[in-house]
Amino acid sequence: MKNKNITKIENWLDERFDLSPIRNLISHKKVPVHGHSIWYYMGGISLFLFMIQVFTGLLLLMYYIPGEDNAYESVQFIITKVDFGWLIRNLHSWAANLMVFFVFLHMFSVFFTNAFRKPRELTWVTGFVLLLLSMGFGFSGYLLPWNELAFFATKIGTDIVGVVPYFGDSLKIILRGGEDVTGATLSRFFGIHVAILPAIFTTLLAIHLIFVQRQGMSEPEEFEKLSEKEKKYIPFFPNFVLQDALLWIIVLIILLGLTVFFPWELGLKADALASAPIGIKPEWFFMFMFETLKLLPAHILFLEGELVGIFGFAVVGIIWMFIPFIKLSKKKELNSKIIRWVGLFSLIYIIVFTIIGYL
Amino acid sequence: MNKKYLYEICSILIIFSAISIFGVQSDATNNSSKYVDECIKCHMENEMMPEHFSQTDVHWQKGLSCAGCHGGLSNEPDEEKSMSKSNGFVGVPNKKEIPEFCGKCHSDISKMQLYQPRITTDQVSQYYVSKHGKQLKVGDLNVATCTDCHTTHEILPASDTRSTVYPINVPNTCNACHGDSKLMEKYNMKANQVEEYSQSVHGIALLKNLDVGAPACNDCHGNHGAIPPGVESISHVCGSCHVNNMNYFNNSVMAQPFSDNGINSCEQCHDYHLIEKPNDEMLNVHESSTCTDCHSSSDEGYLSSEFMYNKIKDLSFLYDSTKVISEEVHIMGMNNIEIEYSLKKIKQSLIQSRTIIHTFDTAQVFAKADEGILASTNALILADNEIEEYFNRRLGYGITTFIFILLAAALYWKIKGLKS
Repeated sequence: MKNKNITKIENWLDERFDLSPIRNLISHKKVPVHGHSIWYYMGGISLFLFMIQVFTGLLLLMYYIPGEDNAYESVQFIITKVDFGWLIRNLHSWAANLMVFFVFLHMFSVFFTNAFRKPRELTWVTGFVLLLLSMGFGFSGYLLPWNELAFFATKIGTDIVGVVPYFGDSLKIILRGGEDVTGATLSRFFGIHVAILPAIFTTLLAIHLIFVQRQGMSEPEEFEKLSEKEKKYIPFFPNFVLQDALLWIIVLIILLGLTVFFPWELGLKADALASAPIGIKPEWFFMFMFETLKLLPAHILFLEGELVGIFGFAVVGIIWMFIPFIKLSKKKELNSKIIRWVGLFSLIYIIVFTIIGYL
Repeated sequence: MNKKYLYEICSILIIFSAISIFGVQSDATNNSSKYVDECIKCHMENEMMPEHFSQTDVHWQKGLSCAGCHGGLSNEPDEEKSMSKSNGFVGVPNKKEIPEFCGKCHSDISKMQLYQPRITTDQVSQYYVSKHGKQLKVGDLNVATCTDCHTTHEILPASDTRSTVYPINVPNTCNACHGDSKLMEKYNMKANQVEEYSQSVHGIALLKNLDVGAPACNDCHGNHGAIPPGVESISHVCGSCHVNNMNYFNNSVMAQPFSDNGINSCEQCHDYHLIEKPNDEMLNVHESSTCTDCHSSSDEGYLSSEFMYNKIKDLSFLYDSTKVISEEVHIMGMNNIEIEYSLKKIKQSLIQSRTIIHTFDTAQVFAKADEGILASTNALILADNEIEEYFNRRLGYGITTFIFILLAAALYWKIKGLKS
């Protein structure tokens, strides 16, 4: 009876919108099975966490009021008065951090399995931009509760932008909506967080997913070398989808555990006239950059140390984004070996400097 | 024609040269006439500078020379002329002359306003109404004059932390004389005022915690018009800072009997130099109480004291309990924002109740304390709710996790089935 109804709906839709490409994709898409298959799930988990972010973000929007006089109070209201407001706010905060973590994990897994090679260069580029946008979400969202730590961290973060020669000051003023971090900055960050970034992110995410579906799952080089008989696959639907769902449930259990056992503190309301509190730290995913800038000497040759650091990260970021197009050696194997070492160095650098930042 | 031009050019050159030479000469003349303080020059050369002379002295810093106070001519190298009485030299004044000696300038607003537009010039007249001034007038040279407190040649503004009259240094300055038991004996005075003061709540605040807002000797006794506060004025002295306490007391039923019996209002319970930090035990009916000094178990005051003490103690206990539970709630990661608001209310109520005690009106004290008790009851209910919520959340998480695990297990078996 139920199946009949589903078939009826399907036929009704099919008559109005040709579903055969989707039906083909579902029935024909296969996922390779090998030793590194686990990494295929990282993108899915990131997507799941993004969906949680959208859902909890929309709920928070019902009560959150941007503005110097209301932002902190409205978040306080959400976590103290609104039914399950504490849960939604904590889920939003924790899922944001987990999402950035899984996007990083997804990126490095793609990198080390060499999955960015032709024809997946554009998938890599869009993916990397999505990571940057995720970090942008984190930076802009951090200020929205308008608490002391976020206020001063944003002050430092936007100050760093001001170091960039020629247009740094203008960029800082555009970001802050004036000379200092004020209510204008909060309104601006709110706009960026709930309108500008979601619009760009969703578009790019759609493109990224279309690329993934069109190109199918990447097969590692060792897997490609196997004979057709030795290659093992599972159908994307329902096997892979169900496995994805299983992992999403596990992630959800962990996420809920974090929200219940480690609730996100609101802290004190931001006060522009108060002195900066001890222990202002950026969010953990900016820590390696923050720590590098902190450890750089005041001057390197004739340039400001901070400027060299920012310029360095910008160059490395651009190189990283276009890494599928870079050929350091004519020998394919040597090229991928060099790139792999560079990736390993980057990963160790990020981990070590993040740890140093918290010591 | 050419010759005419040549003459004109030569004339201009000569005029310019003359102006230049004259200019250089006049500069040289100015340099040669640069002021040299002959008093300092001679006294330094002969190592006869006054004892404790310091270049940080405020008068020296403002450009006043020796002659500014001692008269004479400071630009005259000839000793006979510079220190001649005909040139106004007055030399070192004797102790009795000192107030007038300083007052030459410090009592003259036209002179003083050059340095500080809002400076007062009543120091000397105030001094003469003080105990010190009165004694000096009758020829007692043991009393303090200007220089005893301010020094002679190393005078610093009272705002300077090195000054003998900087708030933190005032007790020591006074103690130079008032700590001298032999000297104080002559006046039938104790010499332990500063010793007692330094153990008092005010002394600890000023001398130990370096809180310059705390009163030093001069804040109660006056600066130049230093005089011991009398029975009538004592509450005004304390009340200049403790305004509410003074008003409550003055309007209380106790004000008149205190006045009639010559009892010092504040001092009777709080002492004077050795003022301890007030505590609730002062209100108790045990031996430590100040109330039992006058009241006995048979009278109404005794009962009032007991009632107020019990009420304040209850509120104080509730404040401590609420504080502990608020901290517990916070450690649990739960919301204690509203509990903290209540805590502020309780504290406010406790402070106000302790102040209202000075009305000696049990009803007023009870009314104020009850506000705190109500706030505390509400805070404790909130805390209970939060603690309950804490366990509910964990229970909810447990149930949700159980359901999700069941779902995950079902999915796992389904996947396993698909694989086989």
